[in-house]
Amino acid sequence: MKIIVCAKQVPDTNEVKIDPVKGTLIRDGVPSILNPDDANALEEALCLKDANPGSTVTVVSMGPGQAMIMLRECIAMGADDAVLLSSRAFGGADTCATSTTLAAGIKKIGDYDIIFAGRQAIDGDTAQVAPQLAQRLGLPVVTYVQKVREYKDKSVVVERQLEDGFEVIEVPTPCVLTCIKELNTPRYMTIGRILYACESDCIKVWNENDVELDPSKCGLTASPTNVLRSFTPPPKGKGEMLSGTVNEMAAAVVAKLTEKHVI
Amino acid sequence: MVLSEKYQLIRKLARDFCEKEIPKELQDEIDQTGDYPQELLDKFKQYGFFGIKAPREIGGQGGDTLAYCITIEEISRVSSVSAIYVSGANSLGTGPLLLAGTEEQKAKYIGGVARGELFPCFGLTEPGAGSDAGGVVTSAVRDGDDWILNGRKAFITGAPIADFCVVFAKTDPKLGSKGITTFIVDMKLPGVSCGKPENKMGIIGCPTSDVILEDVRIPDSCRLGEVNKGFSNAMKTLDYGRLGVASQSVGLGQACLEEAIKYAKERKQFGQPIAKFQAISFMIADMATELEAARELLYNAAVTKDLGDPKASMYCSMAKYFASEACNHIAYKALQIHGGYGYIKDYRIERLYRDCRINSIFEGTSQVQQMVISGALLK
Ligand SMILES: Cc1cc2nc3c(=O)[nH]c(=O)nc-3n(C[C@H](O)[C@H](O)[C@H](O)COP(=O)(O)OP(=O)(O)OC[C@H]3O[C@@H](n4cnc5c(N)ncnc54)[C@H](O)[C@@H]3O)c2cc1C
Repeated sequence: MKIIVCAKQVPDTNEVKIDPVKGTLIRDGVPSILNPDDANALEEALCLKDANPGSTVTVVSMGPGQAMIMLRECIAMGADDAVLLSSRAFGGADTCATSTTLAAGIKKIGDYDIIFAGRQAIDGDTAQVAPQLAQRLGLPVVTYVQKVREYKDKSVVVERQLEDGFEVIEVPTPCVLTCIKELNTPRYMTIGRILYACESDCIKVWNENDVELDPSKCGLTASPTNVLRSFTPPPKGKGEMLSGTVNEMAAAVVAKLTEKHVI
Repeated sequence: MVLSEKYQLIRKLARDFCEKEIPKELQDEIDQTGDYPQELLDKFKQYGFFGIKAPREIGGQGGDTLAYCITIEEISRVSSVSAIYVSGANSLGTGPLLLAGTEEQKAKYIGGVARGELFPCFGLTEPGAGSDAGGVVTSAVRDGDDWILNGRKAFITGAPIADFCVVFAKTDPKLGSKGITTFIVDMKLPGVSCGKPENKMGIIGCPTSDVILEDVRIPDSCRLGEVNKGFSNAMKTLDYGRLGVASQSVGLGQACLEEAIKYAKERKQFGQPIAKFQAISFMIADMATELEAARELLYNAAVTKDLGDPKASMYCSMAKYFASEACNHIAYKALQIHGGYGYIKDYRIERLYRDCRINSIFEGTSQVQQMVISGALLK
């Protein structure tokens, strides 16, 4: 099987700070990491590979040169190789231009059986790239995959997380699946794989000339998204933890609700 | 030192692994019971920690000395006793084999350790031969194709759980330290036994005991290296061991610094966090500066060791000497910053303080390192 994983390097923080003047994310001084949901996507791909010896896992990312270390991390976890789509022309991309660029890279790799991606990246939280990618590749997509029940010959059965439960979906392959943290626990790298990832030639870097891509369809110019305003929402008040017996706690809850005129 | 991606990832692996697999509750449990969970050892093995420097062909990871040092540093930052297991497997236990072993010995023993099938120990110290390691009196006498070993080794890390011990024994008592030969002794052989595990101050969870050898018969194929060439083998192995102790010191120092910073920001006296008092904040500045100097000395020594620099041995001693003393200064200040709470076992600094203490003692005391350093300069 030829398995593809989409991964992004993101700043390591869930509480992204926003520059109050420019309205953009402050990335200075924040270390970069493999996007957490993408690690789950990679883990699922690696499990699939483990179960099907002879399969390959290729990680694809769009980003600046510094994203190489994140791809090396993926290879150190067990991916076979990686492609970094990197060029000045790709800079300033929104989700629309990003998915076009990723699709061009994945088309060039070609011949894939399944594509895993993370649900969303913690820096933008849009959850748009993978569904857009599926559309550009003409593939079906299932988002919020919390469990893969069965890989069949020409389809895969997955559980898709909903707010209050999940649905079971059988989707024909090739397809795009977006993964959430409930899906699995990503494995660690191994020391030997780190050395391999850093000492061998397992990452290709492609720019707009290496893939079939209309230059007007990538980067800032092809990004219709306009950020009107960014702001830090006021922090929610701290929750109050009750203790004591069940009866005492229930009484305390009722008292609070009465006090606030909820009941 | 600016580290390349390779070392950044090795640091990340060791840090992620230890923070997830050895939470504070488990650290406390190991310290209180002295029992180290087998599952945790198995995980270390699974991810290749026992064969960082062992060659790939025999099941190791093929890493270099700096990779080894950074790994030990990060493990010690979380759990110094865990670092003892990992460094034992990588340095003291297998070092002599890497230096002097035949291909068969390397494949069997280093490969076995790297794959996590065997655990080694290193038997140099004796009750009467500590700093004066050349003064060992354990004897090995030739008997046909075999050797007969007799003697007592003291303070042997991991002996009660080890599968084999690298033993340094006198083969020619007249020659002093030039009459020492190295042997690989299977711990299950008749005549081999361990003393009662020592009741230690720190690094609790990895047993240390005497190894007693009574008419132990071993074949000549278990001799490691040439007859009477054992002492230089021991000294070269100690270079790696000393880097290991320096790495443990840097990791522990880092942990102490982090605990001190956290506590100084939280604890309020006289209406403000104690970190606002210059007496406290300057202590933190001194701790961080000494730690950083120790780290640089360590990384430099590791790189010179791999480059085969003739001064590498001296640098290894300098790193061990400086870093182990530094981590003790840092632990002292970190505990001081904690006030009375630091003296109580509920606080992590109490254990860190105890764990630090061994570093300026084993694998050559600070005074022995001063002898090595000055010896190299004055020869
Ligand atoms: C927990 C633990 C684990 C250990 N693990 C191992 C192991 O796995 N394998 C192994 O072989 N050994 C091991 N050791 C032994 C350790 O290496 C020795 O304890 C150490 O080398 C010091 O020897 P000693 O205890 O006999 O002290 P001594 O040599 O008696 O030293 C006592 C004091 O005198 C000083 N001193 C001695 N000679 C001189 C001198 N010429 N000039 C100035 N000062 C001097 C020393 O610095 C020290 O301060 C371990 C020890 C401990 C405590």
